[in-house]
Amino acid sequence: MSNLLDLLIAGLATGAIYAIVAVGFTLLWQTSQTINFAQGEFVMLPAFLMLAVMHAGAPFWLAIIVGILLAMLLLGLGFKMLLVDPMLRHGVLPLAIATMALAIGIKEAVKQFFSAEASPFPSIVPAGDVSILGRAVSLQSLGVLALAILAVVGLTALLNRTSIGHQMQAVAQNPTVARIIGVPVERMILLTFLINAFLVALASLLITPIYLAKFSSGEVLGQAAFIAAIVGGFNQVRGAIVGGLLIGVVDNLAAAYISTQYRAAVPMILLVAVILFRPQGLLGRPEERTV
Amino acid sequence: MTATAKYLRVAFGVAVVLVLILMPVTFNRYGLFILSQWAVMTIAAMGLNLTLGYAGQVSLAQGAFVGIGAYAAAILTTQGFPLIAAVAVAIVLCFAVGWLLGYPALRVQHHYLAFVTLAFSTLAFLVFRNESWLTGGIYGISNIPRPHIFGLATSKPLPFYYVSLGALAIVTVAVWWLIRSPWGRAFMALRENPVRALSLGVDTRRYTLMAFAIGSALGGVAGALYAPLTQYIDPVPFNLSLSLDLLMMVIVGGSGFFFGPFLGAMIAVLLPEWLRFTQGYYLMLYAIAVILLLIWSPTGILGILDGYLTQRRTKAASALRAVAKPKLEVAR
Repeated sequence: MSNLLDLLIAGLATGAIYAIVAVGFTLLWQTSQTINFAQGEFVMLPAFLMLAVMHAGAPFWLAIIVGILLAMLLLGLGFKMLLVDPMLRHGVLPLAIATMALAIGIKEAVKQFFSAEASPFPSIVPAGDVSILGRAVSLQSLGVLALAILAVVGLTALLNRTSIGHQMQAVAQNPTVARIIGVPVERMILLTFLINAFLVALASLLITPIYLAKFSSGEVLGQAAFIAAIVGGFNQVRGAIVGGLLIGVVDNLAAAYISTQYRAAVPMILLVAVILFRPQGLLGRPEERTV
Repeated sequence: MTATAKYLRVAFGVAVVLVLILMPVTFNRYGLFILSQWAVMTIAAMGLNLTLGYAGQVSLAQGAFVGIGAYAAAILTTQGFPLIAAVAVAIVLCFAVGWLLGYPALRVQHHYLAFVTLAFSTLAFLVFRNESWLTGGIYGISNIPRPHIFGLATSKPLPFYYVSLGALAIVTVAVWWLIRSPWGRAFMALRENPVRALSLGVDTRRYTLMAFAIGSALGGVAGALYAPLTQYIDPVPFNLSLSLDLLMMVIVGGSGFFFGPFLGAMIAVLLPEWLRFTQGYYLMLYAIAVILLLIWSPTGILGILDGYLTQRRTKAASALRAVAKPKLEVAR
């Protein structure tokens, strides 16, 4: 039983990171029909940017700020202008395949210019345990969970409480009508790309201390984020959050109680079941089919 | 098409086949391996082209079917069965599994289908890796024998290259026949407008499953040749990235074009060899090249060619109309 609690907390902590990545993923899908197969690599890259800044002699806090800004420049603005904008008119599939190629490109670039070996990454949350109700709980898990919740709450407030958030939602729901009522659609789409870049940089900061910085670590992360997004609901921000937490917990419990060899299979089976029986996701609205 | 153009086309085809047969005689062991690999990957990509390019169903599982075929061949031939039996088993097995994988395609489309097939890829990889009683686990299966064809041993690289090339030729003819048959037209109807196809009496349900099953079976054939080619298999080559590579081959060559997979597989298999002088950078250059190509022409290399030919034909037709117009006016 006590073991279960530890697993739940660890699962929620990784799940919260998946949720952040999945939210960014669904934002891109909603505003610009982009299925970003490089989302996992997007999470992998900022950690290396931060490490590079630190190698140049900057302190950790400065590296974080520069890393996040660089990520927003490269993975937000650059990604949109250089890849998505020219590809968007060709439809969903060619764009998705271009992002697959981009994933290979990012992975290889990191391997070539940085290192093929895993590098340690400093944690922003101090290591150690705290005692809660007489039990030792990892401070790192709690810190990750707290920061992730903060990010999600902040994003939800931005989307639901501010004028900019309402405009972004309008763009996601119906770009044509949004344009007619005077929403600067292009600027809002750019904003979602910047938000996605910020979210992946944050996820990178939170998850890399746990799994080390490695060029290939994006594959697992990206898959977890896809699954989270689909299980929760592709067209709902809160769906992606629920999906992320669910996948994190399920993954941890499966590793402990089912089989470590097949732990990766459990989220996949969940994914297939959801797609077959509830394709709109657990919290999603059905998407109208266009014929 | 005029008669000369037709003859030119046939002559070009014959020349390519002759080059493929004669040129490799001078190749060394490694060159023959690469070229055999091209033939094998082309077969797998042709299968995916059938599913994606002709029937319009996205699949990220072709690499898993290559894996299933490869393991079937490796297990059977190391037990002493002939390769042809292993190919038959691979075809039947992949056809059946592909048929089952087609069921989700009846319910969901596009990106959802991509994710279902992606999940299948991952599951297949886990089975290859974990069921070591059958697949040898991470140690894989070694000493896979190469077949005897009509009593001739093909264990040397050159004879086995001819085995791969022969298999490619058989598959090419079969697929050529298939897409010109009513089935092929039904597949294309499925891609272009499923609702209209259904209203015209095409059993879209059956043809969707069929498109998956046949495409997957070709993946199995490729796998059954891959195992004796490398003579050693382990789970790593059959992970998700093989499926993504095959998808990129189809798209880069030109999805929905008959010769697209040949070109795409050539680029994916040979380009890394040509870019070897760039050392570690070749995959990066490949990725950049794919992105640039897709931005320029989302229908791949043959799409560029096709667009150019169509434009020329339209121009020729407008020129003819322009010439014909004054005559018509005079006649009136």
